[in-house]
Amino acid sequence: MRYLPHTKEDIESMLKVTGHSNLDDLFNCISDDLKTDKSIDIPEILSEWELNAHMEEIASLNIACKDYKCFMGAGSYDHYIPAIIPYLISRSEFMTAYTPYQPEVSQGTLQGIYEFQTMITELLGMDVATASHYDCGTALSEAALIALRKHKKSSQIAVSSLVHPNHRQIMQTYLKPAGYEIVEIPYTKDGLTDIDALKGMDNIAGICVQSPNFFGNIEDLKAFKTVSDDKKILFITSFTEALAYGLLKNPGSLGADIVAGEGQSLGIAKSFGGPGLGLLAGTKKQMRNLPGRLIGKTLDTNGDEGYVLTLATREQHIRREKASSNICSNNGLNAMTAAMYLATAGKIGIREIAQQNHDKAVCLKTTLEKAGFESVFDKPFFNEFVLKAPAGFEQKRAALINEKCIFAGVKLEPFYPEFKQHYLFCATETISKADIDQLAKEVQ
Amino acid sequence: MNRHPGTSGLIFNEPNLWEKSRRGRCAISLPKADVDRVELDQNLTEEAPELPQLSELDVVRHYTRLSQWNFGVDSGMYPLGSCTMKYNPKTNEVQAARQGFAAAHPLAGDEYSQGALKLMYNLEQYLGSITGFDAVTLQPAAGAHGELAGMLMIHAFHAKKGKQRSKIIIPDTAHGTNPASASLCGYESINIKSGKNGILEPEDVAAVMDEDTAGIMVTNPNTLGLFESNIKEIADIVHSKGGLVYGDGANMNAIMGIVKPGEIGIDVLHLNLHKTFSTPHGGGGPGSGPVAVGKILEPFLPVPRIVKELDSYRFVVNRPDTIGRIHTFYGHFSIMVRAYSYILSMGAKGLTDASKLAVLNANYIKESLKGTLNLPYDMPCMHECVFNDAIQKENHITTMDMAKRLLDYGFHPPTVYFPLVIEGSFMVEPTETESKEDIDQFIDAVKAIAKEAKQDPETLKNAPFLTKVTRLDEVAAARKPCLRG
Repeated sequence: MRYLPHTKEDIESMLKVTGHSNLDDLFNCISDDLKTDKSIDIPEILSEWELNAHMEEIASLNIACKDYKCFMGAGSYDHYIPAIIPYLISRSEFMTAYTPYQPEVSQGTLQGIYEFQTMITELLGMDVATASHYDCGTALSEAALIALRKHKKSSQIAVSSLVHPNHRQIMQTYLKPAGYEIVEIPYTKDGLTDIDALKGMDNIAGICVQSPNFFGNIEDLKAFKTVSDDKKILFITSFTEALAYGLLKNPGSLGADIVAGEGQSLGIAKSFGGPGLGLLAGTKKQMRNLPGRLIGKTLDTNGDEGYVLTLATREQHIRREKASSNICSNNGLNAMTAAMYLATAGKIGIREIAQQNHDKAVCLKTTLEKAGFESVFDKPFFNEFVLKAPAGFEQKRAALINEKCIFAGVKLEPFYPEFKQHYLFCATETISKADIDQLAKEVQ
Repeated sequence: MNRHPGTSGLIFNEPNLWEKSRRGRCAISLPKADVDRVELDQNLTEEAPELPQLSELDVVRHYTRLSQWNFGVDSGMYPLGSCTMKYNPKTNEVQAARQGFAAAHPLAGDEYSQGALKLMYNLEQYLGSITGFDAVTLQPAAGAHGELAGMLMIHAFHAKKGKQRSKIIIPDTAHGTNPASASLCGYESINIKSGKNGILEPEDVAAVMDEDTAGIMVTNPNTLGLFESNIKEIADIVHSKGGLVYGDGANMNAIMGIVKPGEIGIDVLHLNLHKTFSTPHGGGGPGSGPVAVGKILEPFLPVPRIVKELDSYRFVVNRPDTIGRIHTFYGHFSIMVRAYSYILSMGAKGLTDASKLAVLNANYIKESLKGTLNLPYDMPCMHECVFNDAIQKENHITTMDMAKRLLDYGFHPPTVYFPLVIEGSFMVEPTETESKEDIDQFIDAVKAIAKEAKQDPETLKNAPFLTKVTRLDEVAAARKPCLRG
């Protein structure tokens, strides 16, 4: 096997040193009744050529071919990834290192993630951003735990019903065993979180609102901040489309105490939903409550600047059962990817891309409305929106996937059963006017 | 020192991104604006975030220089104990980057995602067979996330029985994440010490196990690199009081094809695909932490589950006893592709050989360095061995000094000061992909450092000398945190 370097002679001479007569004797410390008598039941070994053929065969069973047109979002977005991103992130010094426990030989990872933290705080208008989390749903769950632990009198947290349904499910999983409960804030007929309903909710430890919300609509975060101030509880916001904040007012300027977000849009492939990038940021006041790693700047013995993992006393390997979270490995390489993307796009690029996302989405919406779709909400959105489809669309949509590799929207009904025949559409900068016209023609 | 891989060379300074920024530069190719511009209400927007403005070469040079300040498995031996820093095969990267995998949207629908579902289903089967369990979930995003999933299942199991328990037993040789995972489920950790041979004694477990204890979390092989050979008796004790046994499988690399944890009394086990199954560590993730369970815990696995019917696959969410969802979609799919490629490239014999050679390499290091370094538990080890600095302390040299000096010799240091059971731990896990020559060089380097500790301790105290930066002031970093530029 090409990954195993040992020659027969190597093994013999090494066994002489260890004092064993053969490799099996190395396991004499395990009694026979603990050893297995069953072999590992996996397919026969494949050469690299055979593996290539096998993997391409499986990959091609997914409908995601070269001419693939993706009008779907809902937490996973199709954005253009510049060639330099996969090229740079593949550098094995980044990819084959581990957590920077030895800072003297990890300055690449450390400076890179420090820059990531900086750019995320800039994007979100927050004071502190962590070195990453798994995904938005898990980051949001941790944020909710912060609010609940702080506000000991209450075991309930108010969560907008327009937070991504899968994220709400994760929160449920995280919160339930600790005895916490989620109270859902209903939505209005405008497709926005019902702030009046929230005002009437007593004895809650925090508020979670996603903007743009799952329907794509932009929430009035400032109004929710006023409510959280009145109730003296933490205001948590989330988002699934990071590029929205190339255009929209950031959550920090609107008063968020903690922001949980998904960073997949920042140069990371969709990869069937993972790995993405969990973003977690807070105000200065929340710095010591945020779970996960933080990189800080310091000096070495020569007085030169360098970077280290810091504030580790919050973490599980020191605090053990008293730690605020059990997170150890995060999604570091994807954080580095996002940093590369943000540096590549820069201030000019992110604005133009964000604006184009919005423009294309507006064009898609207007064009589909002309083709017989019904507008559902009349509220400002970024790059996603809900439409009611004309009769027969479901069959046309299936045919479009099978025949042309075009995915026309995400069906809303599995997430919100009250929205039969409704679809959540998304347009990003990868969609051209011609693509939009083609889709309209096909579904007319 | 010429024989050792470490040397000095030209290293470039590189400022922060924003110091390089010049107004007006942009490194991304922008699509043509082929639709009308539509301005959002000005109350909703603001000026673009103050991101750096760079050219494409600026970005390329920046990250190339940064990368050169890093040490990876591809640079040299990385014997970080408990982290299994084995070679990350490059073909795995090619497989994960295939358009059909990388471009697949998670909500495309089962019918159009048969490739992804098939791969995940097969990987579950393979991991089940390697570990001896009935069912596997691939959803957890990392080892600690897998632990949490496993503990949530134990919690749900007791809830279903009608009586929740309040405690969990955790030995001092368990991974640091174990107690934190347990406390997320509301369990109080009952810490027990390992016996004089570095492994758990059944009577110590029996002394604390009662009907208010949910179970035990055992890392096997443990963090001393020793096989917990009393595991069956321990499992019997825990089971007899209605508890369950959680197995931390982070060290599975020692026992593939030798021991199947599902056959020796363990009820639930997590794996780290980024350890045993060769996926890259990425400077701290993304990893993947699948969890394997026996029949009694299967109903509690997270949703969605994948089922196979004839030759097609679909997700199932309707499972009444499930702990629920723990990842937005299905876990770290592209990491699963890499692990799947590794398993198929190795075959059953290859995996078993990998474990045997990992154990050979560790025992070879243990025997070769015994006497040079103190070996608190002189017993046959598994995939890693743990020394400490008791001998060097005479010259006021610590594990940290030796670790820093190893950098000059061109090696990544072992894990230091963990496990906590040993003072000044120096925990070496070579993995099977290191050759005898590389290991011999490492052994020589440690011996040379031990000699320096006697003859020239000052050098060790000031090491490293060849790295981009010298020792950093971590105290100042924590006292006055500067977390953004």
